[in-house]
Amino acid sequence: MTEPLLRVRDLRTYFVSARGPGTARAVDGVSFDLFGGETLGIVGESGCGKSVMSQSILRLVPEPPGHILPGSLVEYAGRNLLTLAPRELRAIRGNRIAMVFQEPLTSLNPVLTVGDQIAESAIVHQRLARPAARARAIEMLQLVGIPDAAARVDQYPHELSGGMRQRVMIAMALVCHPQVLIADEPTTALDVTIQAQILELLDRLQGELAMAVLLITHDLGIVAGQADRVIVMYAGQVVESAATPALFAHPGHPYTAGLLASVPRLDRPRTRLEAIPGQVPAATAWPAGCRFHPRCPYAWDRCRTAEPPLLEVRPGHAARCWLVEEPARREAPPRAAPR
Amino acid sequence: MPAVKLLALLGAAAVGWLAVTVVHRRTRGHPGGRAFFDHAPARWGFMLLAVTTSLAVAAPLVAPYSPTVQLDIVGLQNRPPSLTHLLGTDLYSRDVWSRLLYGARVSLAVGALSMLVAIVVGTAVGATAGYRRGAVDAILMRFVDVGLSVPRIFILLVLAGLWDQMPLSALIIGIGLTSWFGTSRLVRAEVLSVREREFVHAARALGAGPARVVLQHILPNAAGPIIVTAALVTGAVMLLESGLSFLGIGVAPPLPSWGNMIADAKDHMRAAPWSVLAPGLAIGLVVTACAAVGDGLRAALDPRRSGRRARLARGQASLDLSAPMSPRSPAGPRSHS
Repeated sequence: MTEPLLRVRDLRTYFVSARGPGTARAVDGVSFDLFGGETLGIVGESGCGKSVMSQSILRLVPEPPGHILPGSLVEYAGRNLLTLAPRELRAIRGNRIAMVFQEPLTSLNPVLTVGDQIAESAIVHQRLARPAARARAIEMLQLVGIPDAAARVDQYPHELSGGMRQRVMIAMALVCHPQVLIADEPTTALDVTIQAQILELLDRLQGELAMAVLLITHDLGIVAGQADRVIVMYAGQVVESAATPALFAHPGHPYTAGLLASVPRLDRPRTRLEAIPGQVPAATAWPAGCRFHPRCPYAWDRCRTAEPPLLEVRPGHAARCWLVEEPARREAPPRAAPR
Repeated sequence: MPAVKLLALLGAAAVGWLAVTVVHRRTRGHPGGRAFFDHAPARWGFMLLAVTTSLAVAAPLVAPYSPTVQLDIVGLQNRPPSLTHLLGTDLYSRDVWSRLLYGARVSLAVGALSMLVAIVVGTAVGATAGYRRGAVDAILMRFVDVGLSVPRIFILLVLAGLWDQMPLSALIIGIGLTSWFGTSRLVRAEVLSVREREFVHAARALGAGPARVVLQHILPNAAGPIIVTAALVTGAVMLLESGLSFLGIGVAPPLPSWGNMIADAKDHMRAAPWSVLAPGLAIGLVVTACAAVGDGLRAALDPRRSGRRARLARGQASLDLSAPMSPRSPAGPRSHS
């Protein structure tokens, strides 16, 4: 197999609060590889740590209260981003690894024109002069499909629609042709038609610029359409990782199965939608044993005491569940989760 | 008083008035501009400051006499206002109107420049403390606490002791460096709130360094409160300059400032009340005007006060739903999110 572009090993980001409930282990030992040109989907409910994980990669988590534990590794081009000097890290941010944020309304500076904001990373990283950077901004606006780019470049964010603003955010991220694009719920704030356009745009640009995309979302539909591989996160950990078709065909973890069952489908007979009972526990007090056991319909004694490692279901497909070792229990009729 | 001087006076006043009118016209399309000019004290205060400034700039043209020449030490001492001496003469037989005009130059210049020093230092310290937080913040803010708790007049008295007569530049810097504490607290609070906004994270994700993040992204979004404070600080430092000059440690005579004019004339208040009243009223009016302009700017720049509720309070809002929504965020540079 080829060398991964980005190698994340045992990433742990904790939030410490002096008062209150104590240390929140928001990201608790996440490992994965991101290969050049692929789209890796990261899915999970709200509060499972996927956003904090994505921000930790570029060390954007506010410190304090957050801190990334010393044993963590985010390796890019042979260097650990987590121990890099701030100046060197800034040379990578926005340049080699860029990020698209969730909220296009609040992620743009209201007092700067969109042109200024797109031009910014060209000025910072490529030391372009203002007129050249402006020309670059217009070019980027055209690339992301904004009509009349030469006029739009001088407008302020509040003069643009939500979809346009998200296009601007994408343009900002792509100015320097990054190798890795981290898209944190890029379409959550948009309505469905605009969502489709933005995803199509990301797909097209990924092909044109040969980037790897880390697509963070809670929407399994987006993952199915976009991602080559999927990582499912729960309670700060990776609970399943697989190629997209395998994950949808044979979910190895009951949590993944629950997520899939809770999505309405048009191509199946109408049945009652399943919901996963309960909610993600607080990050300050993950359950002992398997972190999913209080919500799991299969849970037995072993799950309550021993925490499962990521177990290989088949090559390239792993799940953090004892069912992998004791598949017979899967046949037992699932009872309702206690609660 | 020669007709030429009268003409110059009218001309200078007209320039000031014209400046206000132009600003009014230019900002009429903007909700912030409307809020400012709808605020009557701000309108009049701005007008007063504009006229005073243009008179100060044009002082050599407008003033009928030199501010320092003693016209007739025997015959023209403490003369009441007349047509030749609009505001009378002082005890050295100098023309009070001419001194008032030249004094405006000194007082306004000291006010504006000290304000600049105070705002620049206060913004720099406040932004550093608010952006870095932690130990840096704690140290800077304890220093500010000390600065706020020591009466600055004592610091300035000590400073004045370094010279026989303090040079004007030292006075400006001294006043500026003792007037930034409040501003730094305000800027720190603004920076603390703006730095958590999403676009600041986005800027960091783009690879912008701390200086760029603060100067390009945070401070422009905190500009409203800083501008408002600037107006209020201007009034405060002018008052301070007058006080120091009155005590004899500010602007050195014979160069006139409004403060030392009062100091010169205070012993002859009964014989020549005009020589105290003229500079006293000038100080009072200009400082009040600064405060009024500050209030108006707050109405114009602070979204929490310039929305529908503020218009309701002024009795101008209607329930007309067909009225077009304002195309911009009501704050000008700031906005709701």
